[in-house]
Amino acid sequence: MPEPEAATPDVPTLAALEPASVAAPPPGALRLELHGVSKSFGGVRVLSDVDFRVAAGEVVGLLGDNGAGKSTLIKIITGVHQPDAGEMFFDGQKVAGLTVPGARALGIETVFQERALADQLPLWRNIFMGRPVVSRFGFLRVSQMRKVTSDLMGESMGFTSAALTPNTHVAGLSGGERQGLAIVRALHFEADVIILDEPTMGLSLKETDKLLRFVAGIRQAKKSAIFIDHNIFHVYSVADRIVLLDRGRVAGEFPTARYTLEELMGIMRELAESGRFSDPERLRATGQASAPAQPPA
Amino acid sequence: MSSTPTATETAKRPTARASFASSWASQIGITAAFFLLWGTFIGAAPGTFLKQDIYLSFAQTTPYFAIAAVTLTMVIVAGDIDLSFGSIMALGMVGFVWTWEATGSTELGVVAALGVGGLAGLFNGLMVTLVGIPSLVVTIGTQFLFRGLTLVLVGGRQFPLVETRDSTIYGLLAGKLAGIPTEFYWLVLISIATWVILNRHRIGQNAYVIGDNRQAAQLMGIPIRRTRVLLFVLVGLAAAFAGLLSSLRVVNFYPGALGSGFFLPALAAVFVGGTSVFGGRGSVWGTFIGAFMIGGISAGIVAAGLTDYWTGFIYGAIILISVSIHAVLQRRFER
Repeated sequence: MPEPEAATPDVPTLAALEPASVAAPPPGALRLELHGVSKSFGGVRVLSDVDFRVAAGEVVGLLGDNGAGKSTLIKIITGVHQPDAGEMFFDGQKVAGLTVPGARALGIETVFQERALADQLPLWRNIFMGRPVVSRFGFLRVSQMRKVTSDLMGESMGFTSAALTPNTHVAGLSGGERQGLAIVRALHFEADVIILDEPTMGLSLKETDKLLRFVAGIRQAKKSAIFIDHNIFHVYSVADRIVLLDRGRVAGEFPTARYTLEELMGIMRELAESGRFSDPERLRATGQASAPAQPPA
Repeated sequence: MSSTPTATETAKRPTARASFASSWASQIGITAAFFLLWGTFIGAAPGTFLKQDIYLSFAQTTPYFAIAAVTLTMVIVAGDIDLSFGSIMALGMVGFVWTWEATGSTELGVVAALGVGGLAGLFNGLMVTLVGIPSLVVTIGTQFLFRGLTLVLVGGRQFPLVETRDSTIYGLLAGKLAGIPTEFYWLVLISIATWVILNRHRIGQNAYVIGDNRQAAQLMGIPIRRTRVLLFVLVGLAAAFAGLLSSLRVVNFYPGALGSGFFLPALAAVFVGGTSVFGGRGSVWGTFIGAFMIGGISAGIVAAGLTDYWTGFIYGAIILISVSIHAVLQRRFER
């Protein structure tokens, strides 16, 4: 797996500077790129001049308070909303007028916990929901789908319990297992960018651990993920890079290899209290006592 | 009833998530209930229930509503319902008698009846999906609409169909094969076809998802409208076909009465069979078994020496007991 910091020994991520020029280019080819995206709803600016990118094999954590613009950004990426300004690129190709089916065709897939699984149906029918393997006349190739499901359960989901088979109904799964099922489904259908919207919501600690392992599996499969959460503990452990949104702007980008969890928590606290923060990396590098500050958005 | 606790005991907690028990528990339960009911009837009236006559009678009378019930299972799995199939049985026959009288061909009449049935189903489906009215409401409306249309079109007139007996197709639809009425074979054929569509075809896969979680179906790009409309069309076809079987058997088309008595037995058969009112879960086998339970009750009660006054009470009891079996077994094995 490519290490983020190996390719980028240089510039510190410094929120006081222009974010676009400062943020370290992620490893691998860029999958998704947004430049200067803005969006307003009824005169209220929700996103201002946002730059955002995701590389192949990268897990990006998207953090921010309620109202920071996380969900609007995601809805632009998934084609639900169109940006008022700015450009979007997918695999280097400019994308305009993106729709929800269009985003899916590009390989951008959102994983919803409850909303996209059918409880009363067995696992294999859920994996192949909407995309069954069929013969020429539409008849299901059931044994093939069961076998693929069984393989996926063993390899990707780590469902080793003998009580779980491809015929098990989803209603019998725990919250983490459901998330895993949805992620594995997205991976199986060659999603390139998997968006996890608050995936840890309502999960127990143990289940959260399971989920985080699935997210690590996305990176292993050389796919990309955007992990949205407001809990930095969950995001930090799996993300290669954390993008911090604050009041519609990108407040900063932080490779997790270069920032400790404590530093990031400090930054988020400062940002929430004063709308500005000092960059600990910059402090470490220069030994300065006072730090440059981020002007309020 | 007494057989169900043993079924739950043999599959203990650790295997609660095992596939066999979870997929089949409630089907095994209802099959056990069927045999229990049958055993009771045999015990109460051995003179009747150990002879073949009553079974030949069931094999002829049950399929009329069972054919509707079996296909209705698919619509209910997808979260819809069709209350108009009894009226479609009659409306389809208008297509039959008009074509038959005009051309003299029973075969063409059969095709016309199926065509009318399919169109009636299409109308239901389009009202539900395009206008966006719940199917319960739409088909309450079309139940009256189709029946009324039938009576208007034929002016309330009955049609004797004795001359259809000379046609080749008559023997296939209302004859006997190896001593068993052909209705029964048609029911078995249609049940198998429905099972295949529901469980082994893309249409059924989509129907289950639509009934279970419509939002998921939407997110996963399932053609919701097309699937729902198609299922209504299939029920329309099946209803018209059942109307044909029933009318040809009595060699008469009664526009006001045909199919009107099949409404409650068919719905009861579906729910006795373990299909969920809320969609997402359904079983063709369950409906098949349920239809014969419902179809046998009336004869069983009379043969057992009870007065006919008991019929309603026992109907109700059997429906409630069966649905309870499903509820309990499904909760125990699938959560």
